[in-house]
Amino acid sequence: MPKYILTIGLEVHAQLTTRSKMFCGCPVEFGAEPNTLTCPTCLGLPGALPVLNEGAIEKTILTGMMLGCTTPPVVKWDRKNYFYPDMPKNYQITQFDLPLCLGGGVPLYDLAYPKDAQKTIANPGKVVKLTRIHLEEDVAKSTHHDKFTTIDFNRAGTPLMEIVSDPDIDSAEEAVAYLNSLRQILIYGGVSDADMEKGQMRADVNISVRPEGQKELGVKIELKNINSMSAIRRAIKAETERQIDVLEGRNPEKLVQSTRRWDDDAGVTTKMRDKEDSHDYRYFPDPDLIPLRTESLVTRIRPLVPELPHEKRARFESDYGCSAYDADVLASEKELAAYYEAAVAVNTQVPAKKLANWVINDLLGLLKDTEGGINACPVKPEALSELVAVVEAGKISNNQAKEVFAEMFANGGSASNIIKAKGFEQVSDTGALEAIVDQIIASNPEKVAEVKGGNEKAMNWFTGQAMKASQGKANPKIVTEIVRKKVLG
Amino acid sequence: MSLAASTISALRQRLASKEITPRDIVTDVAKAIEAQNATIGAYLSWDVEKALAEADKADLSQPLGGIPIGIKDNINVTGEPCTCGSKMLAENYKAPYDAGAITKLRGAGAVPFGRLNMDEFAMGSSTENSALGVTRNPRDLDRIPGGSSGGSAAAVAGNLAIATLGSDTGGSIRQPAAFCGCVGIKPTYGRVSRYGLVAFASSLDQIGPITKTVEDAAILLNHLCGKDLRDSTSLDVNVPDFTSGLGRDIKGLRVGLPKEYFISGIHAGVSARVNDAIKKLESLGAIPVEISLPHTDVGVSTYYIIAPAEASANLARFDGVRYGHRSSDAKDLMEHYMMSREEGFGPEVKRRILLGTYVLSSGYYDAYYIKAQRARTLIRQDFEKAFENVDVIVSPTSPAPAHKFGELKEDPLAAYLEDIFTIPVNLAGLPGISIPCGTAEEGGKQLPVGLQIIGRPLDEVTLLRVADAFEKA
Ligand SMILES: [Zn+2]
Repeated sequence: MPKYILTIGLEVHAQLTTRSKMFCGCPVEFGAEPNTLTCPTCLGLPGALPVLNEGAIEKTILTGMMLGCTTPPVVKWDRKNYFYPDMPKNYQITQFDLPLCLGGGVPLYDLAYPKDAQKTIANPGKVVKLTRIHLEEDVAKSTHHDKFTTIDFNRAGTPLMEIVSDPDIDSAEEAVAYLNSLRQILIYGGVSDADMEKGQMRADVNISVRPEGQKELGVKIELKNINSMSAIRRAIKAETERQIDVLEGRNPEKLVQSTRRWDDDAGVTTKMRDKEDSHDYRYFPDPDLIPLRTESLVTRIRPLVPELPHEKRARFESDYGCSAYDADVLASEKELAAYYEAAVAVNTQVPAKKLANWVINDLLGLLKDTEGGINACPVKPEALSELVAVVEAGKISNNQAKEVFAEMFANGGSASNIIKAKGFEQVSDTGALEAIVDQIIASNPEKVAEVKGGNEKAMNWFTGQAMKASQGKANPKIVTEIVRKKVLG
Repeated sequence: MSLAASTISALRQRLASKEITPRDIVTDVAKAIEAQNATIGAYLSWDVEKALAEADKADLSQPLGGIPIGIKDNINVTGEPCTCGSKMLAENYKAPYDAGAITKLRGAGAVPFGRLNMDEFAMGSSTENSALGVTRNPRDLDRIPGGSSGGSAAAVAGNLAIATLGSDTGGSIRQPAAFCGCVGIKPTYGRVSRYGLVAFASSLDQIGPITKTVEDAAILLNHLCGKDLRDSTSLDVNVPDFTSGLGRDIKGLRVGLPKEYFISGIHAGVSARVNDAIKKLESLGAIPVEISLPHTDVGVSTYYIIAPAEASANLARFDGVRYGHRSSDAKDLMEHYMMSREEGFGPEVKRRILLGTYVLSSGYYDAYYIKAQRARTLIRQDFEKAFENVDVIVSPTSPAPAHKFGELKEDPLAAYLEDIFTIPVNLAGLPGISIPCGTAEEGGKQLPVGLQIIGRPLDEVTLLRVADAFEKA
């Protein structure tokens, strides 16, 4: 049985986080009363005209810059002609041959792979090549009822970025990693909320299978209706198996270039249309919009490119001594990374590595069940830094610190106040401790002799007594030092 | 003289002296419509009460305060029909917004009054393609008024309007103005907002006035032009006072005569009047210069690729889903589309949608659309070169005077050739005006002949200056 090579390309549609629509001033909002966010332009009324939303163009160019694309000096918009009730003009304004971004790539990071696949990543550090990114308008939302269909034009005209990858993805897991990595960058740049479940990010999958050794790609099948990150993996697996079954004769169907629909409940793909039925979209330049010179936009946007996740990860490793895993976690969200860096900046004496441990092991665990994530975190970076500083100075024990942290998370407040309130403060005042130790030495000469005779355990006994005498507030490190000094002389 | 037969400039004086009120004007125009529209058929609808209410509120301190303007039925005016001369929009569409040009007119105090007949979706040169009524040429009721702005020209010529707005894609203002004996100007592409003008061919369409005098055309233009943020193709350029060249002489002005436009096949009467006109311009001190526009012969075929291509997409929105004619017999979505459009559109519209769909189809796009765009560039360059030597270019507006009803109906190709002198002006985006230059005899009737004057981009002032000098001489 031959081995098979899987080739995948993704077309991702991402809604941009602009305040207004692509070609009119209507607000972009989720969940408003149907057909209340409309105007002559986004309803396609006779005589209405489109006007470019500069914010959407800027966000798309920014996306391209984050992904290493180039922006052609002149871009234009074209009409894509087809009839459908969710398309008010029966043509979509999109970009055909001069899109806003060309080339580029999406660097994949380890944690972007499905959890169970993170140990067996075939190509660590892979960058999936992009073909292009263009900007277009979204269609309206159709709702199918029993005997009729209703259309809500609130969504019609929402700016939509289409990010097209090369056929450069080799597995279902890599496809998931690609989407997660892309999503992370889109959120980093503040260009899209990219929530697949909310339809802010949608992916069509082009997939083909060929036997090992065969040079040319297999028959390209496009999968539609994939609505979640987990469905992507299931859909690719199911379609791959189906195609191999056909190639090996277990399935009597033929592989022809076609579009198939993923049914996530049934776990199968079903045919929507063959290539022969495909539309002739009759693209031509939209005469209502003039071609756009991009030079000044590019110059203006270049400084807005944020530090990207992979750059942040590298810096966290080199500057803060984070492990690769810790850096991955901390850079996974821009806000989390910012929180961590804010905590590091409070007091440079506090080891950044230790702060990373606290953020990853303690903070993220508690945040998991909290609304609002890191932005709503009740523990301010200053408080965390202070707490870790206290622990590092040996003023409280680790267990006490965890208790303090839990209290800070539940009710806010500074570490020192909570420590005081809980009476956790260790007595480090050597004068007071020396007095305690002196008293114990005086009343236990036999133990002093044991220590002098070389019994280390007896040394611990002194420390234990001193702790007891101080009601647990003595700093054990300091006590040990005093005992050693006083007993051994 | 009735008020309806008067001009904007004359009425403004009488309004200023409080001799008349805006209500008097609207009432008089309404009277003229009611008396004659059954014969002329310029208007498809008119709402006297609404116009009177607006006239009563008109701000007379504004430059067009209280002047009613007739509107071609493809320009949106809030609350009014906007049929585009089509069954498609006749049943249930009322405009929910004002076109950019209407906003400008209102800003100057004018009162939009009445909806004027036109070839369906502005496709045609005779107004015979209107699905909603016949418009007759007031100069000879057996003849067409021209088109597509036939209603706009007939209303002005028949004194059923003070002045009107038309739209011009390949001659649709200038040719009916010529046929009816009025003044009609197509401004430089981008001068007037297209927002709210139902698109036929977006890269060619332009709104402009049809008036009784050159002065009125200049006055109206003053209050139609200017950048509209809702139209990306509207130009962000200074709007001059278009009346500033009126009353000035034209001594030393160089007038180009394209040799390709003075060809055999032009109606003898038209030819004679245009030659007279050139002599008259010369007697006023202008200098005739023979020029060449070598790509004139490809103008019409270029136009009949680009315009239908754009139209095929522009008219796709008329699908009976949100508005417009909806077939009651459709059983599924595809039938809904096919039957609604089959029933809603007339034959010329269908012909052009088919043509446009064809030239954009994969495999034909390069051979037709791309080639036509190249030809368009050559035509534009012809004019650029010509304007290095001349200030304006003159020609007949149309090769022949108005024909009788039905004469060209069975021969669309011959009808398309009627626009041979006006089409290149749209393709090049230039301003062009048609002014009356006498009459030609045809079938025992004296019919108006139009002189077309073409100007440099944005140089309407010179255009109007020459037209005004000619008109007054
Ligand atoms: Zn809108």
